[in-house]
Amino acid sequence: MSATASMFDARVARRMRLGRWFAALCAFFSAIGLIFLCILLGRVAYQSWGWLSIHFLTEFPSTIYPEKAGMKSAIWGSIWLLVITGGVAVPVGVAAAVYLEEYAKQTRLNRIIELNIANLAGVPSIVYGLLGLGVFVRALTLNRSLIAGGLTLSLLVLPVIIIASREAIRAVPRSFRLAAFALGATRWQTIRAHTLPAALPGIMTGVILALSRAIGEAAPLIPISAITYITFVPRGLSDPFTAMPLQIYAWSDTAQVEFHHLAAAGILVLLAVLLPMNALAIGVRAWHQRRKAW
Amino acid sequence: MMRSRWVALQEGAVKVIFFACAAVSLATTAGIVGILAWESFTFFRHVSVWEFLAGTEWAPNFDPRKFGVLPLVCGTFMIGGGALALALPVGLGSALFLSEYAHASLRAVLKPILELLAGIPSVVYGFFAIHFVTPYVLQPLIPGTEIFNAASAAIVVGVMIIPTIASVSDDALRAVPRSLREAAYAVSATPLEVSTRVVLPAAMSGVVAAVLLAFARAIGETMAVALAAGQTPKLTLNPFESIHTLTGSIVQMSLGDTPAGSIEYQTIFAVGLTLFLITFVFNYAGQRVLTRFREVYE
Amino acid sequence: MVNVLEEETPGLDDDAVRPTTIVPQPRVTARPPTPGAEVVVHTDRLTIRYGAFAAVREVTVEIPANKVTAIIGPSGCGKSTLLRSMNRMNDFITGMSVDGKLYYRGADVYRPGFDPVELRRRIGMVFQKPNPFPKSIYKNVAWGPMINGYRGALDELVERALLQAALWDEVKDKLWENAYSLSGGQQQRLCIARAVALEPDVLLMDEPCSALDPIATARIEDLIDRLKSQYTVVLVTHNMQQAARVSDRTAFMYMGELVEVGETNMIFTTPRERRTQDYITGRFG
Repeated sequence: MSATASMFDARVARRMRLGRWFAALCAFFSAIGLIFLCILLGRVAYQSWGWLSIHFLTEFPSTIYPEKAGMKSAIWGSIWLLVITGGVAVPVGVAAAVYLEEYAKQTRLNRIIELNIANLAGVPSIVYGLLGLGVFVRALTLNRSLIAGGLTLSLLVLPVIIIASREAIRAVPRSFRLAAFALGATRWQTIRAHTLPAALPGIMTGVILALSRAIGEAAPLIPISAITYITFVPRGLSDPFTAMPLQIYAWSDTAQVEFHHLAAAGILVLLAVLLPMNALAIGVRAWHQRRKAW
Repeated sequence: MMRSRWVALQEGAVKVIFFACAAVSLATTAGIVGILAWESFTFFRHVSVWEFLAGTEWAPNFDPRKFGVLPLVCGTFMIGGGALALALPVGLGSALFLSEYAHASLRAVLKPILELLAGIPSVVYGFFAIHFVTPYVLQPLIPGTEIFNAASAAIVVGVMIIPTIASVSDDALRAVPRSLREAAYAVSATPLEVSTRVVLPAAMSGVVAAVLLAFARAIGETMAVALAAGQTPKLTLNPFESIHTLTGSIVQMSLGDTPAGSIEYQTIFAVGLTLFLITFVFNYAGQRVLTRFREVYE
Repeated sequence: MVNVLEEETPGLDDDAVRPTTIVPQPRVTARPPTPGAEVVVHTDRLTIRYGAFAAVREVTVEIPANKVTAIIGPSGCGKSTLLRSMNRMNDFITGMSVDGKLYYRGADVYRPGFDPVELRRRIGMVFQKPNPFPKSIYKNVAWGPMINGYRGALDELVERALLQAALWDEVKDKLWENAYSLSGGQQQRLCIARAVALEPDVLLMDEPCSALDPIATARIEDLIDRLKSQYTVVLVTHNMQQAARVSDRTAFMYMGELVEVGETNMIFTTPRERRTQDYITGRFG
């Protein structure tokens, strides 16, 4: 045993104590998000107290009588947008993911497509709104209509759906496909019968998260709808529209305090749709992780 | 045989249709770049690029019109920087906690909560900023804080980007091989020393990527900033007064009177192009760093 | 009361400084050294479980000072687990539980409140795959002593450690280069230098040559022979010939149990147990 072992002034106890403080700090930081969330939800609930009722869901907004105002047009607008976005982005996104994972060879074009999708996922959502304004509203003369808004939102969430679906498809073991090929199935038959069903929970998680993002986005819709005062339920794709986040923005931005209460109530309605959707997506993912047979 | 020909036809059709779907993403980028460039091109026929990029006054609706974008960039970066100042320690601390200290069961609870934080719409954060953070937190603590100010936007945008930093950093920390941690423990290092002086440095480029990506996200933030930061373009470093931002100005102009073909209309796209290019640079840099990091550890 | 940490060791270089200040006693209590047969580590019916699976079953073994003790056995027999239990590196495996006792110089290592970080300063480890830090060669060796508050000259410490690991001549001109620029064999010797830089009592080596080529292996085997004059070495190896060449004592494990332990010569020529005989002659494993 070395005589110079006592050349070390190890002070282990002190170092360990420092480590405990650091761990506590990190734990606190991890909790900050949760704390913030609770304060936020608490504050919103407090400000909406007394203003949230069935009446709120069934009345149209009013600029003169805040007590009588409701979110009906915004709710229906959001529902329409959700249906359009889902109807467009989900098939296109899943198909694109299937192509990239199953069919695409490593050609330059396909590499560019991949990089491009990663870049699109980082483009600010307001820029998608400008795309919608310039192309859908003006160039394609769709005007400030539901279809323009829906298409814009579809393009916004497309990269999210593609990336999530690709991961889900990639996670399906190769052995499934090889077994099907060995039985003489064509590529599409294999995908339709084996790969897609196995990837379905992962794809669903991605789709639900993408759609919940679409419902909450106001930025891409502002250049398109310009928040005109909408007091009717849209009846067709070419009708003007509003959406829940747009209405919340309009109410938040005014000077009159009564409308702030309406905004808070609107936020609760929006979160009441969004948070269960997010929870559902996380739940589907967790369930799939546990239950999958591979 | 008829059946196999039909099947072959199906195969071919599927491949073409699915390729077209994948190509939609190319069309999207082409559309974005195209429309931004097209309208900006028209804009720059009326306003010189030099005045736009170097001008220090932004007043597109006043007389005389001024189109200097620097005040907007200044406001945008102030909020982005402020948001990072909040999100970096908190996000990195959360990531360290999740990867080095937390048990698997705690991880399983904390990670979804972080995801939930990322799922809350921007407009909700904006509401919270202007109706709670400014009046009940900032104005009492820092007298002289204006109703619209950069700080409250920076705070909520910071919370918004915590999940980005936390999850990218967490992935980076977990990518550091176990053998490195064992080596450090074997020379009598404490858990603190192992995580901060061996693991974290090894994961550093992953953390850098997280910062770049989160900053890109912060400067692209629209609704929270439009509600809370104000509409007063100015070059300032004081976060407690009203400022203006790139995204905020796009919102302001979109809600105003913008007949097609007018200079106001084109201005929206010129600012949009600026925003797009800045976020592209940071996103691209972040992705490159991340790819190189992954190459080292995989 | 004798402080075993101030025991003199032959072979240490002449500029080893005798401390003039009193340093706080480590929490490991000392046992007076008995002449000739000092035991540094011993276990008493040690059982280590991962969940329900017992990787080490009721093992009682003594590790004598300044000798090389080899632990051999087929893969999965628990030899690595046993080795890692000595410096509590198994702690990092979730679901691990320990029954029985493990004593380092008389101190119960798994007693609640016992500090594993202190333990690892005295019991160092070299791993199967070389795992140098992504730092310079100098930093790799110096880091451990630095964080443990080494109060002498670091440069001398680094040189001494690299000399002991037979690596000094090869790296003395490039101490500031990244450790990853070294070959596999050199990296493993660097890891040995890193371990001995802390001036440990015991050196645990977990199949240190299994990732190396025969020439690098031979160099490290030479090294082990020289290291035992200063340190107690416990070597896990799946290479029986290596154990026969290098060790003084050998322990044979099978399916978690300690089948037989004794002088290496005896184990390899006249083992007592049938299973040992079968393993030595290559019947299994």
